[in-house]
Amino acid sequence: MTEIMQTGLGLLAAIQEGIPIRPPAASSIAEGVDRLHFFLTGITLFFTAVIFAIIFYFMVKYRRRSEDERPADIEGSLPLEVVWTVIPTLLVAVVFVWASSLYFENSRPPSASMEIFVIGKQWMWHLQHPEGPREINELHVPVNVPVKLTMTSEDVIHDFYIPAFRVKKDAVPGRYTSLWFQATKLGTYHLFCAQYCGADHAEMIGWVYVMTPSDYAAWLSGGARGEPMAQAGEKLFNRLGCATCHLPDGTGKGPSLVGLYGKQEKLRSGEMKLVDETLIRQAIVTPNSFLLPNYAPVMPTFQGLINEEQVLQLIAYVKSLGPEERKANSK
Amino acid sequence: MSTAVIDALPEASAQPSRVNYLNASYGIRSWLLTTDHKRIALLYLSSITLMFFVGGAFAVLMRLHLIQPQGALVEPDTYNKLFTLHGVIMIFFFLIPSIPATLGNFLVPMMVGARDLAFPRLNLLSWYIYAIGAIFTLYATISGGVDTGWTFYPPYSSTFSHTQVVPVALGVFITGFSSILTGLNFVVTIHKMRAPGLTWFRLPLFIWAIYATSIIMILGTPVVAITIFLLGLERLLHVGIFDPKIGGDPVLFQHLFWFYSHPAVYIMILPGLGVMSELVTCFSRKRIFGYSFVAFSSMAIAVISFLVWGHHMFVTGQSVYAGLIFSVLSFLVAIPSAVKVFNWTATLYKGSISYQAPMLYALGFIGLFTMGGLTGLFLASLATDVHLNGTYFIVAHFHYIMVGGAVMAYLGGIHFWWPKITGRMYPDGWARFAALVIFVGFNLTFFPQFIIGYLGMPRRYAVYPPEFQVLNVMSSAGASILGVGYLIPLIYLIWSMRYGPAAGPNPWQAKGLEWETPSPPPTENFEEIPVVTEEAYDYAAPHTGVARG
Amino acid sequence: MADLAAHGVHPPGFAHQFEDMEQQRDAGSLGMWVFLVTEIMFFGGLFASYIIYRALDLRAFETGSRLLDIRFGAANTAVLIGSSLTMALAIRSAQVGKPKSQIIFYLIMTMILGALFLGLKFTFEWRHDYVEHLVPGFGFAYKGPFAHGVELFFCFYFFMTGLHALHMIVGLGILTVLTIMASRGRFTEQYYAPLEISGLYWHFVDIVWIFLFPLLYLIGGRYVLGGN
Repeated sequence: MTEIMQTGLGLLAAIQEGIPIRPPAASSIAEGVDRLHFFLTGITLFFTAVIFAIIFYFMVKYRRRSEDERPADIEGSLPLEVVWTVIPTLLVAVVFVWASSLYFENSRPPSASMEIFVIGKQWMWHLQHPEGPREINELHVPVNVPVKLTMTSEDVIHDFYIPAFRVKKDAVPGRYTSLWFQATKLGTYHLFCAQYCGADHAEMIGWVYVMTPSDYAAWLSGGARGEPMAQAGEKLFNRLGCATCHLPDGTGKGPSLVGLYGKQEKLRSGEMKLVDETLIRQAIVTPNSFLLPNYAPVMPTFQGLINEEQVLQLIAYVKSLGPEERKANSK
Repeated sequence: MSTAVIDALPEASAQPSRVNYLNASYGIRSWLLTTDHKRIALLYLSSITLMFFVGGAFAVLMRLHLIQPQGALVEPDTYNKLFTLHGVIMIFFFLIPSIPATLGNFLVPMMVGARDLAFPRLNLLSWYIYAIGAIFTLYATISGGVDTGWTFYPPYSSTFSHTQVVPVALGVFITGFSSILTGLNFVVTIHKMRAPGLTWFRLPLFIWAIYATSIIMILGTPVVAITIFLLGLERLLHVGIFDPKIGGDPVLFQHLFWFYSHPAVYIMILPGLGVMSELVTCFSRKRIFGYSFVAFSSMAIAVISFLVWGHHMFVTGQSVYAGLIFSVLSFLVAIPSAVKVFNWTATLYKGSISYQAPMLYALGFIGLFTMGGLTGLFLASLATDVHLNGTYFIVAHFHYIMVGGAVMAYLGGIHFWWPKITGRMYPDGWARFAALVIFVGFNLTFFPQFIIGYLGMPRRYAVYPPEFQVLNVMSSAGASILGVGYLIPLIYLIWSMRYGPAAGPNPWQAKGLEWETPSPPPTENFEEIPVVTEEAYDYAAPHTGVARG
Repeated sequence: MADLAAHGVHPPGFAHQFEDMEQQRDAGSLGMWVFLVTEIMFFGGLFASYIIYRALDLRAFETGSRLLDIRFGAANTAVLIGSSLTMALAIRSAQVGKPKSQIIFYLIMTMILGALFLGLKFTFEWRHDYVEHLVPGFGFAYKGPFAHGVELFFCFYFFMTGLHALHMIVGLGILTVLTIMASRGRFTEQYYAPLEISGLYWHFVDIVWIFLFPLLYLIGGRYVLGGN
């Protein structure tokens, strides 16, 4: 009973404060998405109201007054059908173009984005900054800097969702997906998993901390610091024996990895492939799934021997050996 | 002239004492071995009503649980099973069969002027298949349940879940064949068994809707069947069709699954759209405005529905260009539905409108379906869908259409044809009251969910951040009202079967071949197959010689 | 038109929901065609998945395909085409009013060929694959390159041919029923619809195999000049 009273009071207080109808708009795209959303809300309420009003009017005006009355025998009206087909079509065309162009902008990370790596695992988020710091269920980012998240999952499909930034993308095992955002307001914002992933799906939540650049730099260099990813990757590279085959001059059993990242490589079949995160992961986890000219398919697989985090570290190391990241296709 | 007069009862209060399909034979064997489409419709009516209340009970438990942010009732594991089973039962065992298997089975032969469906024994087999599938699912429910979500996404469902995935998947797989065979029966019946003079464009729009629905059932259900089959094999044999560790693709499952499950939602709503045309015309005593447009819009929906499945997958990492194509097609599929709403509204113009319960359900439907359909635009829009996918906005959207739409159309149809099916009338006052309670309860339950969805509350959450509590409590309050609202018709409809006043052949003075038979009809439907010379809904013609009900 | 009183007017096998035999025949035929469309969609899901995976991992699927014994595949194809011929001959016999012994002869030939197909498949091909550890889920152990993809290939191989075999077994059941009906003299020049409709089903199962055979056995790149 007291709970009911408490929630009742809470309801009144919220009404007094104004029940919020949108999350904080804390990213560069949030206002744009909200504008589209409110436009659509307006259309929905408008047309619903119009239909309701017309129906209500007809209901009253044409209510049956006697059992013998003969309603008009109207078959239809082609002009009317055309009008009420064409107008909605034009309306949805406008919405489609608006929404799609927003979506296009929102799906291409600016080339100078800061990269952070995300691994979803039942039931927590592991986040890895290239400089070293690791976070669990927390993400620290500087304000007004574009950030690109490259994500995967260790187990089932998860989904990385920051309502305040209006961004969301699945984290799928076996591949990399990515999203980008630019935080525009300092503060603390919810982070949710938005793809059902089992028992503690609802606990796979956390916080995003948007800080000033100086605070972020301080956070980055202070506190619990892990190794930079590329450095950890190099250690792994040697420990796992990769260095024995992948000699830097290309005379080993495997190709040299120096300067490889971001290049287009020719496969034995003649096909050209971009050397990006996905291809490197494929080479580590399912080697020999593509064949190179001049090299025999003898690489052993490392699936099951290293986890996704370590794969990302190896990729970071390979990246560090090569030219700057070309504009790889963002997914 | 009008259609052949079959039966003119001298007075409205004739007791249904002559031989009809209900009393033509007695005993449980005569029901369980029947091939009469009308009896089979009633077999379905009882089983889907049972499944509705089982699925509804799970919903009540879920909403009670969610009045508190940390969960008020059950453990998260149990909550996950509740929402999964609520979805599986409501979708596969209630919504998909609801109108087609009950009203469709009962009415299709009568509306086309035939004595039965093309394949009566196949019809009975369909019901048994449904029942077996339901039994598997109920068995799985009581032996531990399943917690994968009704969408069964791998790798969770294939490799990680420790629950009864295979029995439920088997139950759904089996029941799919019931759907396929029912659709097959309807298609053949409508093509080959129409009465003389009943051309395609004289058919009631309910038949057009059932026909379009049957096309989707026939083309789509086998794909989900094979998908579930593959998932089951993967789970049993530990082979990796969808397992990334063996080069399988978990997103391929989603493509295969949604290739059916999106058209499936049109299976769930199209028959209701057909019922709507029947109700609006009868209760405004006027022919439908734009008959061919309404008929073709059903077919357009059926066709386009197969082209939009990717809108469930905008955030899976699929290509931006694929997203664009699915987005534009998803917008297009909304247009035929809008055309229908406008045509129904125009039918009311200069009509002679009365407000018995079926009409109240119809009017409620138009409003809620419009809202539900328009909220679909938010989801067809790529930019907003990114934010809304996986949140309560989606839950609100589909409940507006499935519950505010399909269930209300189903109830409207049940109330409309109840006198024909049972020969009895129910108390209209209670019926109207229940319709109102359902309408209010429904809106209170689901409107707040649009808001918490945009605020960011994800779906399938057993616990949630405290700032979402107020709206969750509102939603749960609405759900309790809605639950009561559904119980009321259950009570008075059952009551009416025994104590309701006899209904004549045509209490609503509706047009349609089914109204030209006694209530309840004889087993063979028509003494003589009628010859049709009128257009559908020819309310302007003088009344046929059928007595007023 | 239909007159409920005059029963003797209708031939045996008439179902009373119909107005006349012609409507019944039309409905039965349309019903079987619609059912076959559902079967196309059923197999279609499998075919689509197979084609997608093959495109994603061509080398592995070609390797797997080359592990299949093409002689059995070809023999089975001939057997099935032969069985469609005997089925058509059974229908034709009824159509022109031949004695029931001829109809029964062709039906039994069809069943023998169908059983032969299943025998070749199960006792030779599948058993061989099992012994070679190529059956996923039952001790799969392939040591060559692209092992993962080869396992995926064999998953599809067994699912697709297994589903097809299941349909063949159902077909044999139907043929048994038809044989019994024929032996009771149920089929005449006027009434042989069950034969025709079952023939549609049998031909469909044959056609599925016509697609399966090349997709599984023949496109392993075996016949490409200078290919790996």
